[in-house]
Amino acid sequence: MSQDTTAYSADAVEPDTPAPGDERPENRIDRRKTVVLTVLGIAIVAVMWYVATSTDGPMARVFSGVLREAISPQTAAVAIAVVGLNIHFGFTGLLNIGQAGFMLLGAYGFAIALNEGAGLPLAVLVGLGASVAFALLLGVPTLKLRGDYLAIVTISAAEIVRYTGRLSQLTEYTGGSQGLPGSRYRGEFTDLSFFGDGRTTIGPWSYQNTGVDGWWARAVSWAVVLLVVIVVALLVRSPWGRLLRGIREDEDAIRSLGKNVYAVKMQALIIGGGLGALGGMLYVLPSSVQADQMGRQLTFFIWTALLLGGAATIFGPVLGAIIFFSVRILIRGVTNAYVPDSILNTQQTEQFSWVVVGVILMLLVIFRPQGILGNKRELQFNA
Amino acid sequence: MPEKTSASAATPDTTANPYADPAARKELVRGIEARPGSSKPDPILEVDNIVRNFGGITAVDVDHLEVQRNIITALIGPNGAGKTTFFNLITGFDKPTSAQTLTHRPEAPAHWSFDGKALDNTSASAVSRAGMVRTFQLTKALNRMTVMDNMMLGARGQTGENLLTSWLKPTWRAQEREIEGKAHELLQRFTLYEKRHDYAGSLSGGQRKLLEMARALMTDPQMIMLDEPMAGVNPALTQSLLGHIQGLRDEGVTVLFVEHDMHMVRHISDWVVVMAEGRIVAEGEADVVMADKAVIDAYLGAHHDTDLGDDSLLTDETMANLQDEAAAEEKHRD
Ligand SMILES: Nc1ncnc2c1ncn2[C@@H]1O[C@H](COP(=O)(O)OP(=O)(O)OP(=O)(O)O)[C@@H](O)[C@H]1O
Ligand SMILES: [Mg+2]
Repeated sequence: MSQDTTAYSADAVEPDTPAPGDERPENRIDRRKTVVLTVLGIAIVAVMWYVATSTDGPMARVFSGVLREAISPQTAAVAIAVVGLNIHFGFTGLLNIGQAGFMLLGAYGFAIALNEGAGLPLAVLVGLGASVAFALLLGVPTLKLRGDYLAIVTISAAEIVRYTGRLSQLTEYTGGSQGLPGSRYRGEFTDLSFFGDGRTTIGPWSYQNTGVDGWWARAVSWAVVLLVVIVVALLVRSPWGRLLRGIREDEDAIRSLGKNVYAVKMQALIIGGGLGALGGMLYVLPSSVQADQMGRQLTFFIWTALLLGGAATIFGPVLGAIIFFSVRILIRGVTNAYVPDSILNTQQTEQFSWVVVGVILMLLVIFRPQGILGNKRELQFNA
Repeated sequence: MPEKTSASAATPDTTANPYADPAARKELVRGIEARPGSSKPDPILEVDNIVRNFGGITAVDVDHLEVQRNIITALIGPNGAGKTTFFNLITGFDKPTSAQTLTHRPEAPAHWSFDGKALDNTSASAVSRAGMVRTFQLTKALNRMTVMDNMMLGARGQTGENLLTSWLKPTWRAQEREIEGKAHELLQRFTLYEKRHDYAGSLSGGQRKLLEMARALMTDPQMIMLDEPMAGVNPALTQSLLGHIQGLRDEGVTVLFVEHDMHMVRHISDWVVVMAEGRIVAEGEADVVMADKAVIDAYLGAHHDTDLGDDSLLTDETMANLQDEAAAEEKHRD
């Protein structure tokens, strides 16, 4: 805490000249921080890249695994869901503890529509439509009440979606507990690829150009991430975004100013949930729809990634998702490479990696509660 | 900006408000009967049968109240009289026990209207949009937002607050500039301009009061309801803000404010309404009301033969004490 406070007060002493554009003094600190973090990030990636491609040893394998995980389509898909949760929690203060439910619903809507013969655009719309309906269903009764109600309702509704998806009576559509294999709905998406056949290798990344889980899936997923981040940045930096933050701080104050708080909260719930659904669709494209893959655990990952990257920031969610998944692979790889099997076997290292991730999260909340990109000054004032 | 206030006081703009002229105001007030629930020539707010029970206790029980347009009305009363609850009720932040619902049909249902529009079943935000804007006794600054962002949220009809146009900056850039200009002007008047980039959470208790009042004014209200606006504001600034409130009145804004500081009440209010134990016990001009037996009883208990406006009761020393208390209270609150 002391570090940031001194930085702030030192800055506050500087004469506050109303420069053109009326710049905020703290913007200077933020820019400095951005530069430092960017340089640090590039350096880390460069080192891992070098070790992965130019050396030969256990760490080469570990680092190439980490770099592969960082750009996997699943990481991108979760990143989009995290951006959605950021709209809910980071900007509006809505406690959605069922973001994976939105993902699963989007995935089901998308995959089932494709299986039933709908085209790709229509299937995407079905997935999004399902999430909008879900958001309305959850929001209408709870958004007028205090925040805790939404939390309870989302966590249970997400479970209901998961259990419904697993019902054997619905096997024809959802595949029941077996799930829907990706091969049944992926066709149209892979056919769209203009990457051609063959295989391309860039450093540690070696994938088929199209394939099931190749460059095409990665390119599309990350392009969507980029698009989503741009749109969300435009939204939250607008007066509408200001309204969201106002609602997060004090709903009643915003009501007293004549704003329709309920409608705005509903808009935020729908947009964030829709992004969850979009993430869900991308998540299942290279794999399959498995209800149990999108349960409470995934919601927990999404929350972790958000807090790690920094709530109420633009790039925090994406960075958080990338780091969350990469670090786990790193821990698993290092343990596998250096801890003998007699102490931790492969299965145990898998579990151990989750334990370490949990410990890191705890340390993070204690020592850097604002996340990597978050603004500590904001945290000094509890809402 | 203070010049503007004094300027408008010197040459009252009688087109915006016929009662900007003190003589006209005196004349108007003379014509109103000084009894609880008296009728006003041109009421902007009319309230009937508003009752609020909290469990066993009746916090508010107002049979009838009219608030005259274009003047400053003070609502006074001892602690726990129900002033804040009354504010909450008419601004839609609380529901009267006497409200009519599907299952509950009271004999005398609560009914209140602002500027001719019934507000019985209106949400807080719709009340505000109708032109009746309030501040809170316990300030609601948006802590993790800058002072400027707090202010900007007050402005009405922002294109950029519409989800569909919000992401298209060109549609709202010009309007945003305009609002910024207005916010700067108000912040200067409320001596918060230098703080505009600070987080509202870093403001002192008194500064938060100022911010909230300035933010409410961003809405261009027809009527502003201030709940203890000067609690914790230093005397010099209080003076200048009182001038500002009078300036608002002269521009045509109706003011209803709750205040414990009798000096302030006497200084700026044109009309005073007294509440005690949830009821309106007296109405009238400040001097008349403060000499009223029912009012003194309400404040000091029965059998006192002083008058509340009596300066022996409110010496500078008592004033100073009161101010200290207010400051201590603010501190305690944070
Ligand atoms: N939410 C509540 N629950 C229970 N009782 C309440 C509630 N709000 C107010 N009251 C009671 O209603 C009465 C009136 O309270 P209110 O806050 O309106 O007084 P007030 O006139 O604003 O007083 P003050 O001058 O101290 O601000 C008090 O007796 C209070 O205890
Ligand atoms: Mg009160």
